[in-house]
Amino acid sequence: MTPKVSLRGVTKSFGTNTVLRDLSLDVAPGEVVSLIGASGSGKTTILRCINLLEQIDDGAVWLDGDEISTIGRDPNPVRRRVGIVFQSFNLFPHMSVTRNITLALTKVLGLDGEAATQRAMELLTRFGLADKADAFPDQLSGGQQQRVAIIRALAMQPEVLLLDEITSALDPELVGEVLDVVRELKGSGITLLIATHEMAFAREISDRVCFLHAGSVAEIGSPSQVFGAPRDERTQQFLRRVRSN
Amino acid sequence: MALHLHRRSGHQPRLTTRQEHERRQRRRSSFIAAASTFVVLVAVVVFVPRMPRWDRVKKSFFDVEQMRDSFPRLIDAFWLDVKIFAWTTPAIFIAALLIALARNSRSPALFPVRMLAAAYTDVMRGVPVILWIYLVGFGVPGLGLERPFNSPLLWGSVALGMTYSGYVAEVFRAGIDSVHESQRAAARSLGLSSAQTMRHVVLPQAIRRVVPPLLNDMVSLQKDVALVSLIGPIEILRQAGIDKAKFANFTPFVVAALIFLSVTIPLTRLTDYLWHRERRRTSGTQVAS
Amino acid sequence: MKQRSIRVRLIALGTVAIIGLAACGGSDEATEETTEDEGIELESSDSAFLTTGNDCTAGKTLVEGKLTIATGNPAYEPWVVGDAPESKEGFEAAVAYAVAAELGFSDENVVWVRTGFDEAIQPGAKNFDFNLQQYSITEERKATVSFSDPYYSTNQALVAYAESPVANATSVSELKGLKFGAQAGTTSLEFITSVIQPDAEPFAYDDNAAAKAALEAKQIDAIVVDLPTALYISAVEIEGSKVVGQFPPSDVAPGDDFGLLFDLNNPLVECVNVALDRMRNLTSELASIEETWLSTYTGAPVISLD
Repeated sequence: MTPKVSLRGVTKSFGTNTVLRDLSLDVAPGEVVSLIGASGSGKTTILRCINLLEQIDDGAVWLDGDEISTIGRDPNPVRRRVGIVFQSFNLFPHMSVTRNITLALTKVLGLDGEAATQRAMELLTRFGLADKADAFPDQLSGGQQQRVAIIRALAMQPEVLLLDEITSALDPELVGEVLDVVRELKGSGITLLIATHEMAFAREISDRVCFLHAGSVAEIGSPSQVFGAPRDERTQQFLRRVRSN
Repeated sequence: MALHLHRRSGHQPRLTTRQEHERRQRRRSSFIAAASTFVVLVAVVVFVPRMPRWDRVKKSFFDVEQMRDSFPRLIDAFWLDVKIFAWTTPAIFIAALLIALARNSRSPALFPVRMLAAAYTDVMRGVPVILWIYLVGFGVPGLGLERPFNSPLLWGSVALGMTYSGYVAEVFRAGIDSVHESQRAAARSLGLSSAQTMRHVVLPQAIRRVVPPLLNDMVSLQKDVALVSLIGPIEILRQAGIDKAKFANFTPFVVAALIFLSVTIPLTRLTDYLWHRERRRTSGTQVAS
Repeated sequence: MKQRSIRVRLIALGTVAIIGLAACGGSDEATEETTEDEGIELESSDSAFLTTGNDCTAGKTLVEGKLTIATGNPAYEPWVVGDAPESKEGFEAAVAYAVAAELGFSDENVVWVRTGFDEAIQPGAKNFDFNLQQYSITEERKATVSFSDPYYSTNQALVAYAESPVANATSVSELKGLKFGAQAGTTSLEFITSVIQPDAEPFAYDDNAAAKAALEAKQIDAIVVDLPTALYISAVEIEGSKVVGQFPPSDVAPGDDFGLLFDLNNPLVECVNVALDRMRNLTSELASIEETWLSTYTGAPVISLD
């Protein structure tokens, strides 16, 4: 079966700093893969290379067998199929919650206003935010904002959803409500790539866990294997450090 | 009825400590504000007329007869200022926005456009407005244009528009730059094109942020409009000058100033109000102090 | 704290001392006073014969012993040649030095300053004894400044391009359709609005230079200005232009008398009027100055006022 997302020999540097080194990874359709690793190991960069926010220096990225990383290729069709949620939510502060969600629906997907609002309300209701429909981002708590950000990405009905450390900027008591949303997505057919520090959550939700070290995949396997019996020395060191906190 | 009376007999809800404190503070501030204003006003009213040449100053600057005489002429001339302001302002905004967008464009193919835009803002801001008024107001028509295409109103407005669009473009650019890159990342990630991102996400935020400096520039323009008088048209300041020379009295200038203020003050108050309303609508709670 | 206050005191003392020395140092020369018919002799290192005014002017000039005269910036011909009044060339430059001589000031004691046209008329203290730049004597201006008796009389005149349709106009009624221009604050502009009363509102300019630029740019059809200036413009400054005509004086628009402009109620005015009277009636100097500098600038057809 063709992988949904495939990376081969991907290399990416920022100036003199090589963040991704000859990295290869396959993600099956509908799979949930967590990316764990130290800061700077390349988690965020991988995700940004997949939705073409970054241009890779070497290697290739495929979506459904179609090479999307060729230079000069229009990124917009890719971005319609691949959604992303950011660590700092990045909601549009000058728009209401509903408008945040419907903007791309109307401008990119071409839905008419009513259909777009309807889809937005369905999602907001589903995740318990219907009463915030007309609120502005500044008026919401962090957890609420992040949930809106997830909804905004989901509304586009992407095939792949990239979650870039979406709970790292949240207070502990707000993390739970966001993770609940992600739990709901599992099994819905959407392919999830999750960069995270939440080890327990990664263990609970992932089909596979991928440990990144210095820009390459150091170890990849089932959660129980990577967390329970890590084969690689570096994985062990990382998990030891994380657990001792 | 009985209940109502009972209510009015002084039974008030108890205030919290904070509310009590704030009420006391408010009362105290109001008292101080009123008292100081009163003192200043009394000082002005009592001491200024006692100054040695007050009578002459009053006659030269605040002559009521002169005010009545000059007022209709000045209001008439003021129309010209209003008209010039009305047609240059939108032109300036549009031109400035285009220049700011040109300077911020990222595509390599647009390099010459970027350079041109940068040169434009440098040159426009580098030369005093008065020089542009003369150069464009006399110079361009002097190349041989026929009436009405050589009108000093037209070319004076063009000169004003050119200079101000240089300044306002920089204000827009600062606004656009101040919008965090992550906003652009989020918008593009949703599939919005560069143009859509600029139009729906970046520009609205950019413009909201630079309303105060924009307003500053507009207030400045309201007065610089008078510079068109250098190349002929008789607008309010020129008319005030003519009256001043004719009647040897400065009162026409005072009247002109009051007419200006009657327009600029409401405008700035209105914009302040709109600005605060927008902020209240989109922001969370404010810091207590 | 103690050190700082000592330093401050020393500095203050030093400053006072320096100021004191400067004040004392200047005025130690004793002035020898010898009265002669014409003036007071001052001892000077030059040992040249410098006259510094007569009995009338004593104590009335801005600077004792000097006559401070103001004119425009720039000063135009034929009133001042080459923007250099010190050269004594030009009608007003010549008149100024003639008046100074009558008052007993030698040329070296004439000091020139420049002012804008408008700024000299405003109420308040002046930086000159008198100002001459074709100021017309008007009742309104007399409210804030004082004038000497006239030193010249002239009419308003019209300048336009020779190929203009009104180049040969002979009456004001033919001029109604024109776009006029004149210097703001002058009797010329007033003449346009109250006598000619054209259909289109005239344009006003800071100075005649701007009005000329507008004429050349064809933004205006005609300039109104005093006759000598008009003749100079058409002869020298704007090629292809001509003086269409001059407007005769009338009740509605009396001709312009130019007077020297003084601070309000300046006592020096009487002394100057005595001088002007001598120049007009006794020595005919005024006439000969006019002959020298304005003889080529007096002829133009008359445009009737109806």
